[in-house]
Amino acid sequence: MSVDAATLHAPTADILAARPSTLLMRGVCKTFSTGTVALTDVSLEVAAGDLVSVVGPSGCGKSTLLRLASGLDAVSGGTIQVNAAATSFVFQEPTLLEWRSAQKNVELIDELRGVPRAERRRRATEALELVGLTGFERQFPRQLSGGMRMRVSLARSLVAEPDLALFDEPFGALDEITRLRMQTELQRIFRLKQFAGLFITHSVSEAVYLSNRVLVMSGRPGRIVADIAIPWQYPRPPELRYQAEFAALTGQVSAALEGGHE
Amino acid sequence: MTAAMTSAGSRPPATGESAETQSPEQAAHGAARRTVGRVAAAVGPMLSALAVAVGVWYAVTYLVLAENRRFMLPPVHQVLEVSVLQSSHMTPMLQALWLTVQVAVLGLVIAVALGVTQAIVMVQSRWMERILYPYAVILQTMPILALVPLLGIWLGYGFGSRVVVCVLIALFPMISNTLFGLQSPSAAAHDLFTLKKASRWQRLTKLQLPAAVPSIFSGLRISAGLSVIGAIVGDYFFRQGPVGIGGLLDVYTQRLQTEDLFTAIGLASLFGVVVFSLFATLDRAVVGHWYGMVRR
Ligand SMILES: Nc1ncnc2c1ncn2[C@@H]1O[C@H](COP(=O)(O)OP(=O)(O)O)[C@@H](O)[C@H]1O
Ligand SMILES: [Mg+2]
Repeated sequence: MSVDAATLHAPTADILAARPSTLLMRGVCKTFSTGTVALTDVSLEVAAGDLVSVVGPSGCGKSTLLRLASGLDAVSGGTIQVNAAATSFVFQEPTLLEWRSAQKNVELIDELRGVPRAERRRRATEALELVGLTGFERQFPRQLSGGMRMRVSLARSLVAEPDLALFDEPFGALDEITRLRMQTELQRIFRLKQFAGLFITHSVSEAVYLSNRVLVMSGRPGRIVADIAIPWQYPRPPELRYQAEFAALTGQVSAALEGGHE
Repeated sequence: MTAAMTSAGSRPPATGESAETQSPEQAAHGAARRTVGRVAAAVGPMLSALAVAVGVWYAVTYLVLAENRRFMLPPVHQVLEVSVLQSSHMTPMLQALWLTVQVAVLGLVIAVALGVTQAIVMVQSRWMERILYPYAVILQTMPILALVPLLGIWLGYGFGSRVVVCVLIALFPMISNTLFGLQSPSAAAHDLFTLKKASRWQRLTKLQLPAAVPSIFSGLRISAGLSVIGAIVGDYFFRQGPVGIGGLLDVYTQRLQTEDLFTAIGLASLFGVVVFSLFATLDRAVVGHWYGMVRR
């Protein structure tokens, strides 16, 4: 896959631009049947090895953007191209099936695809290991903490081996400490899997810490008002968050957000 | 067993000579005493209430009612002597009760099958729901009494009509509870299934039905109670063939056999209580197990 592309070539700007994009949106608009104009003229591109964050005020159309990218909703205008054998979606809530153990929740996706039992078990065990939940396979959602439930949700999305991974404010409902820990985890998984990631958040520091590009959206109707590159190599140490250069970039994103409000 | 374990757990920390000085017999004795205490605490208030009720009963029989009207509330010992302890009275009552049990069980099984099926059909499309739900509500609100003559003409006055009355009375909670459960999964859960291109069948069997299990069982609890009422009402109205306990209630009233009437009422109530407790326990056990709270 594109893991090779990323390791073989030096990450210079023009080679990056030459990589085939996994998700390509051109001039996308979305108007709901209620008359709400959620998005106007949104263009963006996400390639394998990109983790692109989208920040914007609540109600600006971030979830709509993801629903369009995943095919859950249809665009009103513009085009979307997806070059991915598998797409995953992580919701704001863990969205686990309460009557299934952690393991069985992760197996769900393969069950729907008709993967044989032994194979599906192996893949789920692997995915749970990847998110650090070995030993919790038999626990039910009600027996797990909020952070652990989100880990199960992550594992479920990873089991499909996604080329395109969509995240809709997955850590938004978690407490601060858990949230920071989950950011580190996600970064580790991203480095390992090298999918093309589109990550929605309303937290500026989360966006800057996680991604290599931050797109800033204006208030409704949503438009992209800034596209800010985040230069640091992965893995990024957690202490990065307390450094001056980090503060400078979050400042820049925040300023774009403020500007987009007017 | 449980009591013994708890008492071992809550034993005060050993001082000096340690817990071994307490002999096993002593420990067992303590545990037994505690169990007796717990049972007494649970049953005591109920028994006191019963004692008060019996007291009031006797008071009414002997102090309120004049002798020629005492048949309205015969004293407790007389009910026992004349009716409960007479196998010639008790046997037909138990046979009648058995028939009522059969009506109730068959009625409940049909109500569950129909209710769950109708709810599944309704959840398949908004249109189905809009068409069918009003009729379910009408069925629920229509007085059964109004249907009795028609059922008699259509199905006769025997077992079949009794079962139908039972079904009509027990059906609605199954429909409404199952429907509620089938509709309980979040929009996001449905999105997940849509994204993975799940078939309608997969959505039903892997999302909607499992999500509905707890509501189906609470519907079952309510419907089971109603099926007892339905069976007795059915017996009462439709008298062809072997008599049920509901039929006997009327027979005893006509003949002014009040001792037997009280026994029959007692048996019918006992049946209701047993069914209610059974399904309440089942409900709790299943729901606990469903969410992994009860470990097997
Ligand atoms: N299915 C829908 N029908 C009508 N309006 C919708 C629908 N989904 C979202 N909206 C509206 O579109 C706007 C953007 O919503 P959303 O994408 O959820 O915002 P965000 O995720 O940024 O908070 C909101 O005003 C919301 O009310
Ligand atoms: Mg949203």
